[in-house]
Amino acid sequence: MTIPFTFLASIGRMFFAFLEAVGRLTLFVWASVSGIFRPPFYGKMLMKQIIELGYYSLPVVGMTAMFTGAALALQTYSGFSRFNAESSVAIVVVLAITRELGPVMAGLMVAGRIGASYAAEIGTMRVTEQIDALTTLSTDPHKYLVLPRLLAGITMLPLLVAIGDIIGVFGGYMVSIHNLGFSPGPYLKSTFEYLESKDVISGLIKASVFGFIITLMGCYHGFHSKGGAQGVGAATTHAVVSASILILLSNYVLTALLFAK
Amino acid sequence: MTTPKIELSGVYKSFGSKKVLDGIDLTINQGESLVVIGGSGTGKSVLIKCILGILSPDKGSIKIDGVEITKLSRVERQKIMRKFGMLFQGGALFDSLPVWENISFSLLQNKSLDKKSAKDLAVEKLKAVGLAADVAYLSPAELSGGMQKRVALARAIAANPEIIFFDEPTTGLDPIMADVINQLIVKCSKDLGATTLTITHDMASVRRIAHRVTMIYQGKLIWQGDVREIERSGNEYVDQFIHGRAEGPITAAIR
Repeated sequence: MTIPFTFLASIGRMFFAFLEAVGRLTLFVWASVSGIFRPPFYGKMLMKQIIELGYYSLPVVGMTAMFTGAALALQTYSGFSRFNAESSVAIVVVLAITRELGPVMAGLMVAGRIGASYAAEIGTMRVTEQIDALTTLSTDPHKYLVLPRLLAGITMLPLLVAIGDIIGVFGGYMVSIHNLGFSPGPYLKSTFEYLESKDVISGLIKASVFGFIITLMGCYHGFHSKGGAQGVGAATTHAVVSASILILLSNYVLTALLFAK
Repeated sequence: MTTPKIELSGVYKSFGSKKVLDGIDLTINQGESLVVIGGSGTGKSVLIKCILGILSPDKGSIKIDGVEITKLSRVERQKIMRKFGMLFQGGALFDSLPVWENISFSLLQNKSLDKKSAKDLAVEKLKAVGLAADVAYLSPAELSGGMQKRVALARAIAANPEIIFFDEPTTGLDPIMADVINQLIVKCSKDLGATTLTITHDMASVRRIAHRVTMIYQGKLIWQGDVREIERSGNEYVDQFIHGRAEGPITAAIR
């Protein structure tokens, strides 16, 4: 074949591979979610995942938010002082944290922490036949392993981000008060003066979507890992990389949707 | 004539261009112990996974107690699964759960037992496989290979299945432990009156467990017969396999 044809053929192949991946993912989600209202319910598994994803991610998300808020205040101050707009530091910090940085940073951190651990755990279960064993013990592995994790991601990430928002704003506040010479009262006043509930809620919606993406990628890649230690390693990498990219991509799409004029 | 417990006819399964099951016809009667022998990579595991519904065959019919299972919905299939127990090659114990929760897993998950009776059941099944009650509180990672196999066996028989599958039950065990497991398999299946299907390449296992033997080679069942006839099968593939000769019609390169 001539070069232009091989080029077109490879585009076609990529397109079909993409469609195939979307199809597989959809079936995977359907297999996991379709049994949500049908007993048995695995409440204990859900609690375990909620604690693992929600509670144990708090330190990581809190630290990230704290330093992001602090650095943001410093940067905004040094940038905005060029045109005498230092008074906007508070509002820039709170808007940037709640709308963008809170959900995205928390999403990326949790993708590293949870996406990797889900892929490794479920992947190991796959290669040691534990997933097949679930089936033979009349337990639906999608429902037992995947559904509780998806639910934990969808519900817990917004909560984490809500807490992260507060810590992030607090980080900015600390730097502004102690290093940049703002006084506490006016800083807090200007933080909340222009803040709308939409700013916070849009961030929490994003967080919920990111939670879904992270847990789905972790479970999906773990579930389909092949061939021993190497396969589990590859599944872990794919879970984290694909979750991170999908977070950044969907963040743009969601921002465009939520703040469309 | 009574309905056979398991009946396969014309089962095909390929992965890509590789034919793994190439038209399998197999009947296992109630209470019978069938052993499938064959080299590594000849489709033994795929055969079991097709019957269990973990893989779906490309073509063919699989009937359990006369019920066609290849076309069942997931919910209906799960009901049928309650008739099955399976001992996996590597044990496949859930390492996140203690031994007793592993053993009574299906009964706990389906809420047919409370915690107390689940523990009692686990201890009882541990006794059946020759382990002491205190093993119940260990985690699977703390057990030796032989003990893991025994616990896995206890889990396979916990729900009193009608059909039990054994996937290379003696692989990775020393000859004495292998014989202990073989005897346990015979005893447990007899106590339950279960129909069993074992895949193995361990001839000692075959002689202990089997009523009937069949050999799979290149996705086809090339020989079936009573275990007592295996020495004079008149089939050169079977002869090569049971005597473990490197020379013969089966060449290693094909595997």
